[in-house]
Amino acid sequence: MSVMLLFLAAIAAIIIWWIAQQRLTSRPWLEVGHLGQPGGGERSPVPAVKVGLYVFLAVVGALFSLFISAYLMRVGTPDWWSTPIPRLLWLNTAILIVSSAAMQWAKTEAERGRDDPMRTALLAALATAILFLTGQVFAWRELTEAGYVLADNPANSFFYVITGMHGLHILGGLVALGRTTVKAWSAPVSRRLRLSVDLCAVYWHFMLAVWLILFALFAGWANDFADLCRELLT
Amino acid sequence: MVDIRSDASQAIPPAEVEDAELYHPKSWWTKYVFSQDAKIIAIQYSMTATAIGMVALVLSWLMRLQLGFPGTFDFIDADHYYQFITMHGMIMVIYLLTALFLGGFGNYLIPLMVGARDMVFPYANMLSYWLYLLAVLVLAAGFFAPGGPTGAGWTLYPPQAILSGTPGGKDWGILLMLFSLILFIIGFTMGGLNYVVTVLQGRARGMTLMRMPLTIWGIFTATIMALLAFPALFVAAVMMLFDRLLGTSFFMPAIVEMGEQLQQGGGSPILFQHLFWFFGHPEVYIVALPAFGIVSDLISTHARKNIFGYRMMVWAIVIIGALSFIVWAHHMYVSGMNPKFGFFFATTTLIIAVPTAIKVYNWVLTLWRGDIHLSLPMLFALAFIVTFVNGGLTGLFLGNVVVDVPLSDTMFVVAHFHMVMGVAPILVIFGAIYHWYPKVTGRMLNEAMGQIHFWVTFLGAYLIFFPMHYLGLLGIPRRYHELGETAFIPESAHTLNAFISVMALTVGAAQILFLFNLVWSLKKGREAGGNPWRATTLEWQTPQTPPAHGNWGKELPVVYRWAYDYSVPGAAEDFIPQNQPGLGRPTREAAS
Repeated sequence: MSVMLLFLAAIAAIIIWWIAQQRLTSRPWLEVGHLGQPGGGERSPVPAVKVGLYVFLAVVGALFSLFISAYLMRVGTPDWWSTPIPRLLWLNTAILIVSSAAMQWAKTEAERGRDDPMRTALLAALATAILFLTGQVFAWRELTEAGYVLADNPANSFFYVITGMHGLHILGGLVALGRTTVKAWSAPVSRRLRLSVDLCAVYWHFMLAVWLILFALFAGWANDFADLCRELLT
Repeated sequence: MVDIRSDASQAIPPAEVEDAELYHPKSWWTKYVFSQDAKIIAIQYSMTATAIGMVALVLSWLMRLQLGFPGTFDFIDADHYYQFITMHGMIMVIYLLTALFLGGFGNYLIPLMVGARDMVFPYANMLSYWLYLLAVLVLAAGFFAPGGPTGAGWTLYPPQAILSGTPGGKDWGILLMLFSLILFIIGFTMGGLNYVVTVLQGRARGMTLMRMPLTIWGIFTATIMALLAFPALFVAAVMMLFDRLLGTSFFMPAIVEMGEQLQQGGGSPILFQHLFWFFGHPEVYIVALPAFGIVSDLISTHARKNIFGYRMMVWAIVIIGALSFIVWAHHMYVSGMNPKFGFFFATTTLIIAVPTAIKVYNWVLTLWRGDIHLSLPMLFALAFIVTFVNGGLTGLFLGNVVVDVPLSDTMFVVAHFHMVMGVAPILVIFGAIYHWYPKVTGRMLNEAMGQIHFWVTFLGAYLIFFPMHYLGLLGIPRRYHELGETAFIPESAHTLNAFISVMALTVGAAQILFLFNLVWSLKKGREAGGNPWRATTLEWQTPQTPPAHGNWGKELPVVYRWAYDYSVPGAAEDFIPQNQPGLGRPTREAAS
């Protein structure tokens, strides 16, 4: 569970940083009439949906941290044979990076108010994300055809379950991104839409980061880290 | 009391109504069924939770009938008994307590108490309820599925949970349970995002974090914990589904089932336990923290005195929430672990007692020299303090490895967790319902019925669970369908068991009276008015009772003070609402 605890420590650090600005040492019983600091109840500049997204990302982060924790607790048992990394995964990783970059491009263009390049960027991000998912399915097929099926070995099981869970999250993001893209192409760009683009970009970067960590995990680069954790605990 | 701005002319004008942000229902269906109004959703949550909770109550009756009078009811065989245990535990912990505190009270109280018109994402809030309802239906479908519901125990430990020896293990039971949990978690996440973001972003002007009532602090912290803890259950459920349906070996060790070697092997049941209790322990506090918060408000309001040590109470809530994530393995002492881990987890477990004790002291000190009104909410709050202290003390026993190992599989543990996480939070729920029912319906609950309900429940719960500690110390094992003729169990233990069963039936019957009271008072109850308890918090200052859609009429409230200005010297009344600028007569133009 060391990875989950690390993740929680990061969340705790964010919470402590936030709490430190909330005047938790104030004496509310003495401060009658005083409206508090500007943030206290005023609409803060960050829109509610964005805060909601960040909280959601914390939940998703917890989910993947727990999967990784479970993986690291199971890895190295006698019945464990590592699953080879299909070469296609390298290409998929590159595609996801491109997708994330396109989202960043869309976000920058949205901030600058240039609608046409933003539309193109959105479309590029959408297309590359779909390409990534298709690529993942092909990677799965490559593995199963090579005989690495789900129930044969715990390494395979973890690989399919965790990549599948990541794929589902990308798929969910695609729904949001798809709606945003359709709206961007069909109507004049509103402030709300720019916010949607911003949110999609944040989500995309997060899912890219999760994927890079997972990829490192499956490629075995995380083994040193796992050994380190195990040494710390024993 | 330093009154910085008593001059009303300096008061900041309330924010203009933000009509565009509020969804307005267009038909009866969208108003009462597919409603996006947090108040309706809260009532839907509460009613669903109560309905499925009644099922769990009946299951506990059936278990007690079997334990008290073994052999008398032959329809309760061993398989049924285990199914009853499992469903009773799972329903009570997740589908009743969690759903009622966060989905029910959270939805109703958060927007009203922080001065918002509604939750920030009303649509997701609605989806949250419907997913919860679906989860409940899938869970209840287990009763009608071939093979019945799962009998794996509420902890669902593999490998037994998915083997044929356990009821529902190779049938539908365990599948429906896991699917239901996954649905519940997805639904809860939608609701939970709402509760957190509403507290962060939706507060009225002047409502700083340190002016929030402790109820909101409790629900807020518990929601953050639930958002981080439920994924562990989600991961465990998904992986177990794979083990059960697709033959993977996440949790399944090499095992012989019915004389047949299974394909699976090498998996780790301990891994499941880690995941399960990583959720399971915070879950205790997910239920307890809202209860702590609500009790603080009930005590302060009904003792007409400000809460003692408000800041300490807030910090204690946050610290308990944080600590509860690093104690989970104290549920696994009997699974065996490195003694150093045992020492670590015993220490963290015992450290939680410190902030918890601070809270108890502060409640008692709030009562000290207060003007205590023994109204029904106050009675339940007092009952909670005693019960919680009782349950908490036995928790200190069980937190130690050496004491836990011999007691772990006895009735002592059953008595402990029922006291601390069953009876105590339920008492708060009752107190809270007696307290807020007038706001929800505009009428008071019947006092006489309430008194009967309180005394039977409170005394009855002690008569059930106090003797159970003794049974546990005698060594009576838990989870046993029938004790049979065992040398070390004296005859008196059987008599005591029968007595406990009779009390359990009695306490259950009192709950039916309570439900009747809820329905009866809806029409026949005394008119409550807007603020029957003369309370300070915002939900009692709404222009209409029950609050209308949008909660606040034209103008949002502005908050000038904390939530506990009771018996302020020099004030015109013994309470000053949070939205009142000065000490004088309330200028509640909104309330007229």
